Amino acid sequence: MITAERKPLSELVECVRPYGRILLLGCNECVTVCAAGGRKEVGLLASSLKMAFSKDGKNLDIKEITLERQCDPEYVEELAPHMGEAEAVLSMACGCGVQEVARRFMDKPVFPAVNTKFMGASERQGIWSERCAGCGDCVLGITGGICPIARCSKQLMNGPCGGSSGGKCEVDAEMDCAWQLIWDRLKALGLEKRYEENMPAKDWRPGRGAGPRKIIREDLAR
Amino acid sequence: MKTESVLEKVLASGQMAVTSECGPPRGSVPDKIIEKANLLKGYVDAINVTDNQTAMVRMSSWSSCIFIKQMGLNPILQMVTRDRNRLAMQSDILGAYAHGINTMLCLSGDHPKFGDHPMAAGVYDLDSIQLVRMVKDMRDEGKFQGGADIVNPPKMFIGAAANPFADPFELRVARLAKKVKAGVDFIQTQCIYNVDKFEKWMEGVRERGLHKQVYILAGITPMKSVGMAKYMKNKVPGMDVPDEVVKRMSSVPKEKQAEEGIKIALETIERLKGVEGVNGFHIMAIEWEEKVPEMVERAGLLPRPQV
Amino acid sequence: MENFEPVVVAFACHYCAYTAADMAGTKRLSYPPNVKIIRVPCTGKVDMLHIMKAFEKGADGVCVAACLDGDCHFRTGNVRAASHVDAVRKLLDEIGVGGERLEMVALSAGMGERFAQIATEITEKIRKLGPSPVRKVSVAAGAA
Repeated sequence: MITAERKPLSELVECVRPYGRILLLGCNECVTVCAAGGRKEVGLLASSLKMAFSKDGKNLDIKEITLERQCDPEYVEELAPHMGEAEAVLSMACGCGVQEVARRFMDKPVFPAVNTKFMGASERQGIWSERCAGCGDCVLGITGGICPIARCSKQLMNGPCGGSSGGKCEVDAEMDCAWQLIWDRLKALGLEKRYEENMPAKDWRPGRGAGPRKIIREDLAR
Repeated sequence: MKTESVLEKVLASGQMAVTSECGPPRGSVPDKIIEKANLLKGYVDAINVTDNQTAMVRMSSWSSCIFIKQMGLNPILQMVTRDRNRLAMQSDILGAYAHGINTMLCLSGDHPKFGDHPMAAGVYDLDSIQLVRMVKDMRDEGKFQGGADIVNPPKMFIGAAANPFADPFELRVARLAKKVKAGVDFIQTQCIYNVDKFEKWMEGVRERGLHKQVYILAGITPMKSVGMAKYMKNKVPGMDVPDEVVKRMSSVPKEKQAEEGIKIALETIERLKGVEGVNGFHIMAIEWEEKVPEMVERAGLLPRPQV
Repeated sequence: MENFEPVVVAFACHYCAYTAADMAGTKRLSYPPNVKIIRVPCTGKVDMLHIMKAFEKGADGVCVAACLDGDCHFRTGNVRAASHVDAVRKLLDEIGVGGERLEMVALSAGMGERFAQIATEITEKIRKLGPSPVRKVSVAAGAA
């Protein structure tokens, strides 16, 4: 999923300060799962903002809407009837959702309420960690199912570096060394020999190397 | 002979090579690097010039190398993949070689987190093994990494680092093998304090015949004090300082600790001279360059060969 | 603000604190009428939003009254409640209402006296803190 974290309340208060009526948007997908911007977080933020303003004697009118998916125009369209009365939009979706709303409603100021972090998985309840860097040319099949690009601090394709210690990364003692994980998994799979193969310099074009990316599925797009 | 590198010539002659290291200044006056290099004149075969070591901004390695080259000494251009992409690295290699710099050391570099610009983006377009391969292809195939031909390719003698003390230990020989496969010519190791473990690593190196394919320079750093020993033991990632070494340093009075540190280093050199596959020493006296000549002399590594 | 009478909302677990409050009543123990009790099936069921709404609607203090450690009828509801309370406290600090206005206490069904004592203490604590900054404004606005 795409993970996110709510921005500090003080920053959000400043964003909406000029406005009296705002639309506060949640998204029912990734940000709901990582407890950053689902219906529940929308409720908490709405309540927080109202109190933050009411203690200064200002009444902030907030309409809360949580869309099924904020990165799809079909769902974003559902906002059209509510846009007229809103002076600004505060969105708790990831950066994709925020942009989709901004694209559809050209004349409405749209502010992000969360910082979009990474593509990750949940380790356990309340803990998410980065797993994929979206490089566009997946190597997991040869690295034992652990991504060196997303999970090695130096994105080494031929690790581990000299800073791997007791299975941890030199950058943070709490962080696993990705290459230790890769090695452990290769051993478990009986594929130690694979480690010996040098991975060539990576072609970054399938990633961000060639500018913003687009996928066109002719059969579906027609 | 693959290159004009003096280091290569010394190593090929079968004699023990000696290298040392200079960190460029954190400012735009070159006096310090010239001063440091002057101390080493006649005592070492080549001088590593660090590249933004510990991720702190310093005068660029290649420009400092030029100063050293102009003194008639042999600089080793260190290059980390942290700060530049493959275009920048290749252009620096061309430029450095044009100035007569013919020996380099390929590293990934300390993570930006450890330096004075922790907010900087780490580039890591390549890793150290891929850098080795790129420099080798520039030299032997006359090709840029992107595949185009190089007019007048640079002939670099290619070095890399190895840390026999990092984890997992069982991968440390295998990773050296990958560097050898990529085309590395010489290796400078992490500072050695745990000599037993180093010898065990060398055993593995010999088992795979890697010592016949790459020159290995053992890393030696004298400890100045028990404080430094403890710091290296506890704070420096990938460093293995056994308790005995710390104990030995603390067993002598403070004013004698520096000499004790030098003694330990000299004993290590003496012991490693007899280890098959060790082809020389890389003596890194951190902010203590003035001690290198004395150490080289006491280690019986003088005079340096004329090649 | 001499005649400030704090409004304290207590979310009381049906299996312990609520029964304790009941007992305090039947024992004719007196405790401040400022404490408004809301019975919940388990404090683990008290959503963060419930607490927030209480403050939003003008409570000066909120108390979550749960079972003693290890005594939750639903095993770990009180533990969950504790982490919810911690999170809301942080949020209240961020808003500027003040996390100290939210309290969590633990007691068993038999602790009628303890309930009365807690209710008194919390009421006095909130009285010292003064009206919630949120409420102060709404009251002032109402007066005007």
